[in-house]
Parts: sequence; structure tokens; C-alpha cells
Amino acid sequence: MPINITMPALSPTMEEGNLAKWLVKEGDQVSAGDVIAEIETDKATMEVEAVDEGTVGKIVVPAGTAGVKVNELIAVLLEDGEDASAIDTSGGSAPAEKSGGDKVPAVPESSSAIEVGAKAATDPVPAPKNADGDRIFSSPLARRLAKLNGLDLKALSGSGPHGRIVKRDIEEALAAGTGKAAPAAAEAPKAAAAASAPAAGPSADQVLKLFDKDSYELVPHDGMRKTIAKRLTESKQTIPHFYVSVDCELDALLALRTQLNDAAAKDKEGKPAYKLSVNDMTIKALALALRDVPNANVSWTDENMVMHKHADVGVAVSIPGGLITPIIRRAEEKPLSVISNEMKDYGKRAKERKLKPEEYQGGTTAVSNMGMMGVKNFSAVVNPPHATILAVGAGEKRPVVKNGELAVATVMSVTLSTDHRCVDGALGAELLAAFKGYIENPMSMLV
Amino acid sequence: MADTNYDVIIIGSGPGGYVTAIRSAQLGFKTAIVEREHLGGICLNWGCIPTKALLRSAEILDHANHAKSFGLTLEGTMKADVKDVVARSRGVSARLNGGVGFLMKKNKIDVIWGEAKLTKPGEVKVGKSSKPVVEPQNPIPKGVKGEGTYTAKHIIVATGARPRSLPGIEPDGKLIWTYFEAMKPAKMPKSLVVMGSGAIGIEFASFYRSMGVDVTVVELMANVMPVEDEEISKFARKALEKRGLKIITEAKVTKVDKAANSITAHVETKDGKVSQITADHLISAVGVQGNIENIGLEALGVKTDRGCVVIDEYGRTNVPGIYAIGDVAGPPMLAHKAEHEGVICIEKIAEVPGVHAMDHRKIPGCTYCNPQVASVGLTEAKAKEQGREIRVGRYMFNANGKAIALGEDNGMIKVIFDKKSGELLGAHMCGAEVTELIQGFVVAMNLETTEEELMHTIFPHPTLSEMMKESVLDAYGRVLNA
Repeated sequence: MPINITMPALSPTMEEGNLAKWLVKEGDQVSAGDVIAEIETDKATMEVEAVDEGTVGKIVVPAGTAGVKVNELIAVLLEDGEDASAIDTSGGSAPAEKSGGDKVPAVPESSSAIEVGAKAATDPVPAPKNADGDRIFSSPLARRLAKLNGLDLKALSGSGPHGRIVKRDIEEALAAGTGKAAPAAAEAPKAAAAASAPAAGPSADQVLKLFDKDSYELVPHDGMRKTIAKRLTESKQTIPHFYVSVDCELDALLALRTQLNDAAAKDKEGKPAYKLSVNDMTIKALALALRDVPNANVSWTDENMVMHKHADVGVAVSIPGGLITPIIRRAEEKPLSVISNEMKDYGKRAKERKLKPEEYQGGTTAVSNMGMMGVKNFSAVVNPPHATILAVGAGEKRPVVKNGELAVATVMSVTLSTDHRCVDGALGAELLAAFKGYIENPMSMLV
Repeated sequence: MADTNYDVIIIGSGPGGYVTAIRSAQLGFKTAIVEREHLGGICLNWGCIPTKALLRSAEILDHANHAKSFGLTLEGTMKADVKDVVARSRGVSARLNGGVGFLMKKNKIDVIWGEAKLTKPGEVKVGKSSKPVVEPQNPIPKGVKGEGTYTAKHIIVATGARPRSLPGIEPDGKLIWTYFEAMKPAKMPKSLVVMGSGAIGIEFASFYRSMGVDVTVVELMANVMPVEDEEISKFARKALEKRGLKIITEAKVTKVDKAANSITAHVETKDGKVSQITADHLISAVGVQGNIENIGLEALGVKTDRGCVVIDEYGRTNVPGIYAIGDVAGPPMLAHKAEHEGVICIEKIAEVPGVHAMDHRKIPGCTYCNPQVASVGLTEAKAKEQGREIRVGRYMFNANGKAIALGEDNGMIKVIFDKKSGELLGAHMCGAEVTELIQGFVVAMNLETTEEELMHTIFPHPTLSEMMKESVLDAYGRVLNA
């Protein structure tokens, strides 16, 4: 059977390239390892080697063709005893969109029809075959995942024993966005999953290559670092972020805080029962704002809007080596003193890495405060299942215009990041207005 | 002068270390292994293996006690002679300990006897061992190398772990035991309190219960063997309690009073009530902690976290040329995890093509109490926590012909599949011989089968393994014999 040569992916992110030059012509004998063509990508020119031996039967894509898609058929090799009449380019091994030709369903229906579920027993499907008619070794789970995600096994290379395609290869292909099946198969309902899978960044080798060997030191990631990387990458890649900022005047709040702290009961050693911080009051204000604007107190799932009945406010705590977000549950119901004391306990145990999972998992929103570090304003990354996160800057004396006059007030800028799938811009603005209301009229937090 | 320069030096000859050494030698590295106490480590000398020997004696005694139900009459009584039971267990360890020595010789691996200390990258200083040889273990093997400075391009730390102790309840070797003392009782105690119901605690509890001892297990978490699937934990608990084991969960030992020949444990339950349990001994089985101290890790800046060396997926620490595997490199602290971690580590060093990081979800766990417990993969709760849609199948031993014929009809098998892909996510078992059955599912998982291949696999009849297939069928509403 003729062997199809397809446009190779020379890097995980490559989608197409230019066929710069053929180094063989039709009728030439080639053996495995011979350089047969040169491919240009946006970054480099690379050589294509033959992986089988045979005679070049037909060059499908002529030299100098730009924008040749990965996996497109570019040439056909003939094995011993075959002649050019054996060539049927429409039976190509991949999404073969011939130059100027029609789109062909390169994946034969039968080989992509991998059975799903118990009901599939009716018509046993043979294991997928490659263009040679040889079996492609793949695990049953890999075949099913490929089917579910609209991937073509023929376009993948296996990393398992003897090149067997395993689950890992499917996951990597999904991450890199390679190995898509032909359009016909891609219509599978789950094809979107492949498109939305997180893209892989440069590999470790690609990064390290840019630096001298002894110019750095490698520190293995601990669990927290891996979780941060995974969750935030996931967040930024799957959540459409939207940002709303507002300035809040703090003078009334600061005055109330002093008053409340002075009034705190003291124990025998003169230690006050509580000592409120601006952050504690921010938590409370956000919780009350969410109570007032319940449509913003939500989580996104593909099927439903999760409408939360309470405001569970996560608070980002920076600790050596990372950060963690313990959660003040039902913060809208809790007095400031309780919130304050809970926060102190969480902060202390967070630094010792002694928080229990139930203390930092879940939550309906979060506060990230960098005011103490003098940050004026920033925007934070939504931490799912939250739909919002409030980034809080420093309270600082700024000129403001009051009644047409220039005046000085203590002002704090905050930026709300929202998951636009469930909290639209106007809703975010409404939530921020409610928040600002509590901050600027802090007595309303006490009733 | 003896050659002291190696490609690879491994510190610690436990199941992780010695297997890594053999693989290293197979790959052509000039290899040495440092040991201070006993070839084969805790596993072979004071852990996995000798406890299995003890439990085998217990099992035979249990069978004898039920001889009547098999139509057999035992003239006289069957009773355990504690000295001989212990002697057999020690003998089993001694034989395997000698076996490791033989394997080292066969693979031309130098054994260096003493305490190892990393002095700088690529250098290990070996000092005099601080540990005496415990009889009847084989004495220090012949032909070992001794104290001195040794060098190697790659140094693999495989120093294992030791029992963790709780403040105020530190083992004293007399009244408060760890597994060391529990492994070789001089006489059979009348009563015991076992603190902790992980694999170690529950196995000793089961052994001593079979020997007729009054045993109370105190567990902090809500279920015994807390890492197991909740349904299996509860099932096992019922079966253990039926055997007369007393189990108190969500409780902690807050204090232990010592008398001349007994202890009184103060046990506080969740509701704040404190009760006192007096027994001959308390076995402290509250987990193990990595041996990271006094081997020079701090001075070299090797990163550790919560008592374990921090490694990447191939056992590499943050210091080039220094690696760690097994218990010292973090949980799960299991011999088979250590072995595999070691093989991956050395194969990566040798750049063997196709080496992949270990998939922690495919590490099975076995507990050899009566009835046995075995599992691999995700528990039902974990699978749900990950937001997966799942299918769960169950099958009970009391519907299986072989189990009934064996007189072992109390047990269950539970499997968990991903609803969408049919991926086998977890398998959990409790009952006779399940520690041998579980491997079927481990292989299935590793080969990435789906429910379909399992359903198309022929399981021999009559065997306990048929229940594995039935549990798979049950997950898809197709169970046959139930």
C-alpha cells in the first residue's frame, strides 16, 4: 500500500508551514532517514526525513507552497512493486486538504467510530489502522478519549511502550491543540473541548536553552506552587475576565474603626477582645454588598448558575513560597469582631501551612489586599469557583473635589475582576457601588 | 587502596534502595549501597514481611478455631506459643535479609557498612554505624566496605522513615510500643490499646485479636484506615468488630499513665468525654516520618518540606547530583512506591528512553488485617470531589461460589468508573485474599482499559476474581449473579 507523507508538526504549537523545497523528485528511491524536503516555519527552516523506504510516487504539494496545514498530505511513497496507479490521494492519512482540491474526510468513518459505553457492543470496530493498514497501537482509554475529543490517532505519536498511544499522549495533544481529526470527525459535540484546552507554554528545555548552564539554580516546585500555577492558568484560560474599578473615601471608615477599637473590652492583661483592620471591614463590606446584589454572588457551571445563599469571602494570604485563600464563611452574618479574630487565626495558621482543606476550599468571592505594600491599584485573577475577586489598593491621602472645591481625603482604589460568564459588567458595577456605599457609610455595616 | 569512586551511591538498602541499586547495576553503573543496620531495611526486617509472617500464624489459628464449621474436629486445643510465632517471623526476615546480601553480590554492588553523610555534592563520608545488629538477624555481611570517604556522580538518598511519636506518649519500648516491640513480644499481653488505625495499627490489632488479646483501637478520624474508601472502611470496621476488636473513632489518646505493668490511656471522644482504658501495653501507630536528619542534607541546602525531601517527578532534589526516593521523599510511604520511584530515578539518570513519571493514582495499597483491605486509585469521595461524573459497581462475597466454598463469604468489591470515558478510576476491596486480587485492577488501570475490555475479559471459574468482573458489570447495570 502506498505510504502517505504528511506535513509534520515541527513544534507543539505549529499549525502550518511553508513547503520551501523538495530535495527528491518523483521516481527517486528514498530510505528511512533521508532528508526529503525543507519546511519553513515563522521561526526556522527544518528538514523533513522519510520514515519509510520506497519510491517517491507523487509530490502532492509543490515546492514553494505557503501555509500548508500540519498533517496535510504532501507526498506519497510507493513500496516495492507498486506503481503510481496505486495512489489515491483521497485516502490520505490526515486532514488532507489538497491544494485547490475539495475537502476530503481523511478519517474513514470506521476508524474513528470508537465505541462509547456499554451500548456499543453491536458492531465491534477494529483497532485503528495507519495508512499502511498496520494497527496503530493505542490503549482503549486513549481511543475513547480521542473519540470524545475529536482527535485523530493517526496524527498522534505514542509515548507508551513501543510507541503505544496512551492517555498521556491524548492529554498532551489536547493541551497543545494538535492531532485534531478531520472536519467530519471534529463535528463531534466534544470537539470544542480540544479548542478550549489550555495551551502549553514553552517546554522546560526551551526555557533552559536560553540561559547559560551555570547561570541559574533549579528549585523543584512544591505542591502549593504547582496548584497556584495550575489553577491560575486554568482561570485565565477559561474565565473571560472583566474589570471594574472605583475609588472609595475611607475617612469615615477609619474614624469608625478607631472608635470601635477604642471601645473593645480588655481582658486581665489589657489585651483587647478584638482589633479591627481596614481589611476586616473590607471583607464585611464585600459580603454585605453581595447580600444586597445576590445576582453577583454566584458560581459558573456549564449547566447552571449556582446562586449562593451566603457570602463566603476568601481572603488571599501571602505566605513564604506562595499564597493561600482561607475563607470567612457567611461573612455577611458575622460581626466585624468575629471576622477580625477569624482572620487573625487564619493568617497565623496559613503561615504555618496548617490550614485544613475545608478552610480554604470553596468560597463565593475573594479579597486580595496589597494596600499594606503601598500598591495603588491592581487587578486580581478570579479563583474559581468564585465569580468575583476584589483587588484592594492602599488608602492614601489624595486631592479630591468636594462641592466644587479641592479637598484632601483618604482614598482607596479597588478593582473588581469578574467572571463575565456569570457576572456582567453592569452587575459588577452594581456590586461595586454597593461595596462603596458600605465603605463610605460604614455605620451601615454595624446594623 | 580500595577503589572509592562510583557512578552511583545509594544511601539505605530498604526495598527502594536495594532495588534501585540492582537496576543501577543492570544499567551498567558502578554502584554502591550504604547500610547501617540491616539489608532490606524496615520493610524486610521490621515491617511488611515479618508482620505477614505473624499474621499467617494468626490466620492458621483462626482457621483452627473454626475447624468445626468445616467438619473437622481438633483433638485438644490449638494454642499459640508466642516465642515460636515470633521466632518464625524473625526467621523469615533473616532469610530474606541474607537474600538481599546475595543479590548485591550477584549484581556486583558494593555494600558499605555504616552511617552515611553527604559532605559535598558527589561525596559521601561513611562513619561507624550507630545501630547494633539485632539477633537473630544475620550479622554484618562479609565482604562489606567500611568507614571512609566515597565519591559518586549520582547520590540517591533512600533512608526511609521511622515511627512518628506524639508528645507525651513517646514509645519507651516497655509499656508503650512501636512496631519494633509489637513485632517481638516476649509474652502474649492480655490487653492492648492501639493508637492509630492505619495499615500498621490495624494489622497489629488484627494479629493480637486473633491471639486472643483484648484489643482497643483508637482512631482520630471518623473511619478506620482513613485513606480507604469510606464504604470499605465501614465494612471492614463491622467485620473487625465482629471478631471482638473494640474500635473508637473520632477520638484521641490525650494522656497515658504508666503503672508498673500496665498503662491507662485517657481517650477523649469528639463530644469531649474522656474515658480511661487500662491495658498491658499501648502500641503507638500514628504514622511514620522521613529520616532526613544527620545525613548532611541541611548543609548542602537540599530542600525539605514537612520532614521529607522535596523531589521532582524523577526523584531529583534541588541540588544537582542528589536524588531521593521512597519514604524519605514523601508519601505514600509504601515499599512498592519506593521501588518504582527508585527505578524511575535511576532510569532517568541513565536516560533510558520512555521513562515516565510515576502516576500516583496507580499506586495500590494493601492492609493484611482479617478481613484484608486493598485498593487502588480514587475513592468515591475523591472522584466526586474532582467533579467527575462516575459509575459505581459493587459485588458482595456472599454471592460468589468460591468465597462460599472457602467459608469466606464476608467481603465486598467496589469499582469506580468515569461515566464519560469509561476510565477505571478506582477499585476498593475488603475480604479474603483481596490483597492478591487487587493487582488485576492495577494492571487494567495501567494498560488503560475501559469497562468494555474488562467485560470482555474471561475470568476463570470458580475464583474470587469473578467478583471483580461482576462488580464491573454492576457498574453498568449488567450484573449476572446477584
